Amino acid sequence: MPQKVYITGMGIISSIGNDVGSTFNSLLEEKCGIGRITLLETNLKDKLPLAEVKMTTRELLDHAGVSGRKNLTRTTLLGMIAAREAIRSAGIENISECLTGLISATTVGGMDRSENFYKEFLADPKKGRLIDIVNHDCGDSTERIADYTGIMDYMTTISTACSSSANSIMFGAQLIKAGFLDRVIAGGTDSVTKFTLNGFNTLMILDKESCRPFDENRQGLSLGEGAAFVVLESEASVMARSKTVLATLSGYGNANDAYHQTASSPEGTGAFLAMQAALKLSGLRPEEIGYVNVHGTGTQNNDLSEGIALKKIFEGKIPPFSSTKTYTGHTLGAAGAVEAVISILAMQHGILFPNLRFETPMKELNISPITRVTKGIEIRHVLSNSFGFGGNNSTLILSRS
Amino acid sequence: MAFINGIGLISPQKTAETTDFLQEVMEYDADYLKCIEPASYKPYIDPIQSRRMSRLIKMGIASAKMCLNEAGCTMPDAIITGTGLGSVEDTEKILGTIHLDQPFLNPTPFMQSTYNTISSQIAIQLKCHNYNSTYVHRTFSFESSIQDALLQIAEGTGRNILAGGIDEMTLNHLNITRRPGHWKMSPVKNLEMLTWDSPGALAGEGASYFLLSAERSETTYAQLLSVKTIYKPANPGIIERHLQDLVTASGLDIKDISLVILGINGDNRNDGFYRDFSSSLFPDTPVAFYKQLCGEYHTSTGFALWLAANILKRQSVPSVIRLDQIPCDLPHNVLIYNQYYNVNHSLMLVTRDAKRDIRHKS
Repeated sequence: MPQKVYITGMGIISSIGNDVGSTFNSLLEEKCGIGRITLLETNLKDKLPLAEVKMTTRELLDHAGVSGRKNLTRTTLLGMIAAREAIRSAGIENISECLTGLISATTVGGMDRSENFYKEFLADPKKGRLIDIVNHDCGDSTERIADYTGIMDYMTTISTACSSSANSIMFGAQLIKAGFLDRVIAGGTDSVTKFTLNGFNTLMILDKESCRPFDENRQGLSLGEGAAFVVLESEASVMARSKTVLATLSGYGNANDAYHQTASSPEGTGAFLAMQAALKLSGLRPEEIGYVNVHGTGTQNNDLSEGIALKKIFEGKIPPFSSTKTYTGHTLGAAGAVEAVISILAMQHGILFPNLRFETPMKELNISPITRVTKGIEIRHVLSNSFGFGGNNSTLILSRS
Repeated sequence: MAFINGIGLISPQKTAETTDFLQEVMEYDADYLKCIEPASYKPYIDPIQSRRMSRLIKMGIASAKMCLNEAGCTMPDAIITGTGLGSVEDTEKILGTIHLDQPFLNPTPFMQSTYNTISSQIAIQLKCHNYNSTYVHRTFSFESSIQDALLQIAEGTGRNILAGGIDEMTLNHLNITRRPGHWKMSPVKNLEMLTWDSPGALAGEGASYFLLSAERSETTYAQLLSVKTIYKPANPGIIERHLQDLVTASGLDIKDISLVILGINGDNRNDGFYRDFSSSLFPDTPVAFYKQLCGEYHTSTGFALWLAANILKRQSVPSVIRLDQIPCDLPHNVLIYNQYYNVNHSLMLVTRDAKRDIRHKS
């Protein structure tokens, strides 16, 4: 009997809420977090929307209870807040009572500050405040989250573009199954930066309005920021604390599309293989999946490719599905964990959250996502997709325990 | 545990396209140690594709292919990369224009700046749909990719795993990171590292890939037994405890270690840790160091693992890396110890593949 991995806690901060409770309320009230840029300093302010966490970095410092710490990046602060909530919600009082690891994920790390450093540095190599650059690398945010939460036993950071935090949850589960760790806080964090906004803009895949995934008239994605972490535990660790379980991580799969650096293959090969691997590991049949939280970015390429893969894996009978990026925007390295938390909320409350702004099915596929909040649905298993640049595709399957 | 069945290494030494083992040691008087790249990337990458690729991506693909070619593997079960900073050159290109907030016209630097580009470009080149991941945690990056590979082998989810570590240095990045005191402020002679006695390390770079396999083969170098990462140890006793756990788990004792390779980097604020480590735990064991050959970078332990694997396979220790005169004629178990600002410590244990030697003799 393979070792099971349970989820006993979760934490989230995004444009639709600063914690699990407010996130749930926004999902229920169909409150979208994408809108006019109010915090990021950029000339693209009135040209493109963003899903920003509605707190200044100073407010985040206060919210995290570390007001004096001027050297923390926005990415780090978002991660600290979500990780703290996850640990609290799991009822963990002593983080070092068993072997505990932190697996974080990020695509930008401390870029929210280092991009400002470069402006001055390039004008004069002696200029630029060092405090803005020393936290640039991805590992920095993880170490600060570890220090903040007291996790010492193991840590690492994953960066596989938009599937980063799905992979951190997957790797965390593997470390538990192998008996390497008893408990892992796994997830990811990313803040919006000029770097990513301009980068995606160059690829011409940003919607000038709020994104409309899986719609025939979709125009691209909407970038967002946020962080989410879940607490993964072994059966023994759960029993030792007699802790209520939120969900079971029953499957995961990681495959590479091996097609193009930024485009998905027309057949959705990587997407199909990731879903297939996750289903195989879970031992579930496709028809047992009650809801699919799709990657659904809103780009022409992703949604078509993912839709084709969905049709193939579910043999035409696709379960109710939606892209909750229509609420949170695409939170990049945090997306896999953000959507894992939303998937657990869907199972806990028996509610399907909609794919906002959907009107017209894609003519190639003729499939339609959930378009309004639907209550009273028994969901036993959720499949959640996270696909990234470089063809890094990952799927998680979460089950009610 | 895994067998090291192939290695590809591009480094500041002549390691890229040779079977020599440090026969000629490269001497530099430089600000940082720069990789000696292959004379041509043509054997590894289609020239039309490589024209658009930045240096780090090319070095990554080439070293991965050297490794796979040597091991005779065409399709690894997983591709896992560790990188502290990814493509610094691409990131700088974007940052150079970003403050203008003008859409830069060429999307390539942004695409290549993504940390997972090397793993995914290798996958694209090989048309490899298997498990693919990238670790980006300072001097844990390479170790994490190795830990993941060992996990896949132990759990049976993969039998041949391509795992590596890659980082580059640029002049801009050198100048920036010189300011907080990371590096020497002027050129130094790399082979005189032990005489420096001043703050700041010698920076370097490198690209290394290893084919880690569940089974031995004709090309086996050695066995990689275990890897451990230790974060902010409160005292040296904690490192000793982890070391004890590491060797015990492999059925060994600390006294069974025949060579210790240390991450000494020429920064006198840093190297004391290593001296304390070796003098307290390994007073009578041969000790070596390696960063005079490759410089300091986040994934430098890839270079150290290449050294250990070659030492074990060839049963000879190059004199340029030795710190003492203690004889080391038949190296059997090699320990690599690296640490970064007393925050990130790592231990790797590699052992001679004795069975292979016996088979080859018969």
